[in-house]
Formats: sequence, C-alpha cells, structure tokens
Amino acid sequence: MEIFVQQLINGLTLGSIYGLIAIGYTMVFGIIGMVNFAHGDVFMLSAFISLIFFLILTTWLGISSIALALLIVLVIAMVLTSLWGWAIERIAYRPLRGSFRLAPLISAIGVSIFLSNFVQVAQGARNKPTPPMVQDVVVLFQGESGYNVALSYKQIIIMVVTAVLLTIFWYLVQKTSLGRAQRACEQDRKMAALLGINVDRTISLTFVIGAALASVAGTMYLLYYGVVSFNDGFVPGVKAFTAAVLGGIGSLPGAVLGGLIIGLIETFWSAYFSIEYKDVAAFSILAIVLIFMPSGILGRPEVEKV
Amino acid sequence: MNAPSITSTAQTQAVTRSFDLGAAFKDAFKTALIMLGLSIPILAYKTDQSGADLFLTPRWGLVAIVCAIVFGLRLVLHAFTASRAYTKATPSAHQATEPVGATPSAFQHVSRFAIPFFLGVALAFPVLIYLIQGGLNESRYWVDLGILILTYVMLGWGLNIVVGLAGLLDLGYVAFYAVGAYSYALLSTTFGLSFWICLPLAGILAAFWGMILGFPVLRLRGDYLAIVTLAFGEIVRLVLINWVDLTNGGAGISSIPRATFFGLPFTAGEGGFAATFGLEFNGMHRMIFLYYLILFLALLTNFVTMRLRKLPVGRAWEALREDEIACRSLGINTTNTKLTAFAIGAMFGGFAGSFFAVRQGFVSPESFNFLESAIILAIVVLGGMGSQIGVAIAAIVLVGGPEVLRNLTFLQSIFGAGFDPNEYRLLLFGVGMVSMMVWRPRGLISEREPSVILKERKAISGSLVKEGHG
Repeated sequence: MEIFVQQLINGLTLGSIYGLIAIGYTMVFGIIGMVNFAHGDVFMLSAFISLIFFLILTTWLGISSIALALLIVLVIAMVLTSLWGWAIERIAYRPLRGSFRLAPLISAIGVSIFLSNFVQVAQGARNKPTPPMVQDVVVLFQGESGYNVALSYKQIIIMVVTAVLLTIFWYLVQKTSLGRAQRACEQDRKMAALLGINVDRTISLTFVIGAALASVAGTMYLLYYGVVSFNDGFVPGVKAFTAAVLGGIGSLPGAVLGGLIIGLIETFWSAYFSIEYKDVAAFSILAIVLIFMPSGILGRPEVEKV
Repeated sequence: MNAPSITSTAQTQAVTRSFDLGAAFKDAFKTALIMLGLSIPILAYKTDQSGADLFLTPRWGLVAIVCAIVFGLRLVLHAFTASRAYTKATPSAHQATEPVGATPSAFQHVSRFAIPFFLGVALAFPVLIYLIQGGLNESRYWVDLGILILTYVMLGWGLNIVVGLAGLLDLGYVAFYAVGAYSYALLSTTFGLSFWICLPLAGILAAFWGMILGFPVLRLRGDYLAIVTLAFGEIVRLVLINWVDLTNGGAGISSIPRATFFGLPFTAGEGGFAATFGLEFNGMHRMIFLYYLILFLALLTNFVTMRLRKLPVGRAWEALREDEIACRSLGINTTNTKLTAFAIGAMFGGFAGSFFAVRQGFVSPESFNFLESAIILAIVVLGGMGSQIGVAIAAIVLVGGPEVLRNLTFLQSIFGAGFDPNEYRLLLFGVGMVSMMVWRPRGLISEREPSVILKERKAISGSLVKEGHG
C-alpha cells in the first residue's frame, strides 16, 4: 500500500513532465498535421539552457535563494527556447508547406539529428550533473513496515508549476483572440486566412508556445533528475508523443491526461514488473495505441478527405 | 541552421535592378541578432566538469564568429535572390515561343556514361588500390573503407525499396539489419551452420520479420507508420539488450565464424585458401573476398530492384507512393503491395546484416540504434528518393567523405589540433536533410524516370513538374 502511494506520487510527477512536452506535439499536429519529431530535442536543449543559467546565477552572480534562481531560470529558458522553436519553424518547416506528404517529417528528423549533435559538439558528450538544488522531503505518513511515503519539495514544485502554467496556457487558448485564431487555423486554415487571420504568424506562435512549455518541462526534468545529456531528448520525446497520441492527438486536455497515464504506467511498470523493460513498455504502448486506437481517448476520429 | 531561407521575402521584394543594400544589411543584422539569441547559453558557455562540480567556460569569440558567418550568408542570400528575381521578372524575347524543355535532361545523358564508369571503378577498386598503394598490406585501410561504403550502399538500396519506391517512411530499418546480423551470429555459433547457408536464412528471417512488423502498421497514414516503425526498431534493440539468455545482452556475441571461400577457410597452412591456390598466405585475401562479396550483394539488390520496378508490383509501389487513394480506387491491393515492399526491403537489410556479422565477427545491440536508421535514411533522402545511382553517390559522400576529411591534415592547422570531422558528420547530416527538403525535395539528382520506354526516351510530364504534391 505504501509503495503504491509512493509510486502514484512519482508517476504523477513524471506524468506532468510528459504532459508538458506532449502539448507541443499535440498543438503542432492539430494545426499543421505534422509530427514535430524535433520537439523532444527542443526539450533537451531547454534543459541545457536551464543548467547553464542556473550555474551562472548561483556561482557567478551569487544568488543564494534557490527559489529565486529557479524562477529566473524558468523565465529565461522559456524565452530562449521559444526563440529556438520559432527559428526551427521558420527555417525547417515553413518553406515546406505544400511540399509532398513526408517532407515535413523528414525535415523534422533532420532538425532532431542536428539539435542533439549540436548540443553534443557544443557541450560535450558526457552527462552533466547539476549541483543539488532542492533536497527536502515531507513525510506524508509512515507505513507499518517502517516505509516512509514521502513527497519531496521537488515533486511539489513540479506539480504546482505544471498546474499553474497549464492554467495560464488554457486561458490563453480558450479566452484570448490569439487562442481563437489558433483554434480557427486548426479547423480550417484556408478559411481562417480568408477571414483575415495571419496564418503564418499563428503557426509560428503555436511553435513558440509548444517550445515554451517544453522548456518548462526541461527545467523540471533537470530539477527532478539532476542530470542531463545530449541524447536525453529522444526517449522522453517519444514517450511524450505516445502521451499525445494516447490522449487523442490534437486535443489539449488529452495531452495532459495522456502524459499522466504514461507517467503512471512507466513508474508502476518499473516498480512491479521489470525496470529493464520499461522503455519497451512505452514503445509497445505507442505501437498498440497507433494501430488500434489512432484517435486516442479524447480525440476525434480522423476523416480522410480527398 | 546557418542558412536561413528567405522564400517568402523573395516574393514580396520589389524587383529592381539595383537591390536595396540598406534593407539587406538591416535584415542580415536582424538575422545575426537572432543567431546571437540562439547561441547565448549553448555556444557562449561550455560546461566542463572538474570533480563533482560543473564550471563554465565562456566562448564569446566563437559566438562572434558564428554570428558574423550568419550575417554574411544572409547578405549573400539577399543578393542572390534579388538577382534571380530580376532575371525572372525580365521577360525573355523567346519566352512565348520557346518549347518547354522536351529533350532528355542532362542527367539522362550523363547517367549513360556514369553508371558503367562507377561500376568499373567498383569492380577494379581493390586492384587499383593495390597498384596505387603498392602492396596488399598497405591497401588494407582503403579496402576496409570500400567495404564500409558498399555496406551502406546496399542498405540504402534496400531502404530505397520501402522509402523511395513505395513511399513508406521506415524509421526502424535497422531492426531488419539487426535480425540479419543476429540470425547469422546465433545460427553459426549455436548450430555451426556455414555463412552460405545462413545468408539466405538471414534474408528469409528478416523478410519474415518485415511481414510480422509490417502487417499491423499497414492501415496507418504516412507519419504514423513512420513512428510505429521507429517504435518497432527500438523494441527490437531493447529486447536484444535485455534478453541476455539468448543474445548475451549488451556484451554482444563474439567469435562468430569467419567467411570461407565456398568452403575453403582463409587460414594459413594446409587446406586454406592460399595453400589451395598456391599463393602466399596473407590476411588481405579475406578482406578482398569480403569486398567482392558485398559488391555482389549490393549489385544483386540493385538488379532485383530494377527488375521489380518493371513488374506489376513495382508499378504498384510507385503508384502507391504518388497517391494511395487513387491507387486503391484503381483496384490495387494496397495491403499486399505495402507488405511486399516491407518484406523485400527487410530481406536485403537481413542480407546486409548477416554480411555485417561475418565481417566484424562480433555483434552487439549498440550497432543497431536509431541513429543508424537515421543515417541510412539520410543516405536515401539525400540521394533522391527512388534514384539508385543517387543513393550510391550519397553513400559514398556521406560515409567516405568524413574519412577522407579526417586525413586532410591542413584542416587541423585551420581548426586546431583536436579537429575531427567525424564529430561534425551527424550535424551536417541533419542540416543536409533539412536543406534537401527545403530546396530539392526530390533529391539532388533525382529524375522521375518512366520505367518503361517505347523506342526512345522522351521527356514526360513528371520531369516538367518541379516537385510533386503526393
């Protein structure tokens, strides 16, 4: 029972990170119908940006308050990663509108290879451990066997930050004119353009928002695991994509729900079955979901138009 | 990322003879500023480790150089698009009456000589190297490189069946390569079967796996199919790592029996290859044999592909690539068509895998990661999907290029002593894939050639279209 509760907490933490990344996949797919394969690497890049700024703030500028440092890092990482997201869309995806079917995906794979190797060349191939940031834990209750169910501050921070940012983001998409333009483009791009919406800018903005949320996930990932390396983007990226598909690609609540489910499955699988096969489980879920329920839990079934 | 595209600005730009230098400078400055923003933490500070702590090394000089390069490139690009826009906008006197290029393209002329030339060089390669280097042992490095390149040529041609002809993006091709390699490794170490029995078996097993993996994914649309094949590829690799009883896990299988010359082992002493033919024993005999073996296998792949293209199934593949719905409405069984493409592509992957195992004498799961799939895909994409000679050239350039660059010592004097072009290889692959999709989505030298010709080659509508919208 204690183990179950502990794993539930761990799974939800991991799940909120996946959910944040999954939103980037689901929004981009919703608006231009492409799998942004490079999104996982944008996430990895943002973790590096966070790491470097965290080091600058704590060692050079001597900010001793971890909370303040984290907040500044979060904001800077969001801005810089958004710039990357914008630039990637501008260079690698925008010229491909109206090209043949597989062109955007191949281009995205190219960007993904570029990003991970760019970080490898620029920062070296070794794992980068962060200085310990937040260590304290809250013991929720003690089991009979002496097993403590603990909720660490890190986990609280991750869940709270995720919840707050998702709320802001939700407001952005549902209530502002920007969000309306975005949803209009999602439904019918040509019609939206006829009605005076700047489609190119809306698509750029989608990438920017996706990258910003991925950077939050990147900072949280760094906080949670305390280590990052250049090839850390691939597997979390695939898992987040699985989450997006599982929740129903194109659906925002679906992405978060899918992320939580994937996070829970991964932690429980590692705890009760075998930790070696946890990635096999994730990839198998991806294949099974795509084959048997491609519209996901909350998604709309796709209609093939000729 | 150093070459930003300005396709949209090209359309809005006013067409004048003298191009607006001030605006170009302003725009280039803006681009450089964006580059500065992109490189701020990642390029400007390098994290180095000393003990348990990380510390930062600033590298603002590098950032300045990169920004200057981007500035310059953007300026050049502006000048280029301005001059092109001018020539486009100036009407030519012949334009109205000029026939649309209805002669066979330059590529068709060139390919008539290029293909026999390449084939000749490939066949004579060990002899040429022997003559140039002046000895068997001295030519070891070059023959080894030749083997490596030909392995990738073969893999590229195999994947080309799936990606180039049938238009199914397969991101897990390396799984079939792994199946082939492990089939040979396990069959030969466990049952003592010889290479010549294992080779077809490996191909059949890989094709079988191609069908098993292919069957469930066939009803998926293009990019979903790609992601599922990626998942399958990773699953195969992870199972190879974790199923220690069968595959010996991450440690891999070593001491795989070497190839024999149709039963004659390449060993010194009685009964060996050298003794039987009355030659002096040399380890290079085996290498040269392996070279011709992979050349034969690669040419077999090419031959079979070219023949299949002329069969109904090959036509069906290409029709499927262009438009699946039209294909289905014309009564083509898309399931069978996709399945054959998957299985035949996988079979050649299996052959190549079994060759890989016999060459290395050692297989481990790390040789079959996603990056390997991506490299093979890059070869196919950069060669021009569907073009056989293009794939071969791409493999030579992408695999052989970095090796040649590494030996150029003057590069080290420019970029510093520790400069290794191999580090930048994948970086350039990524940039290459993106620029290919942006500028030449059908490949550098790809021509959509008809597979049947009546009497003489004529230009077809396909060669007049800049890019397809399939």
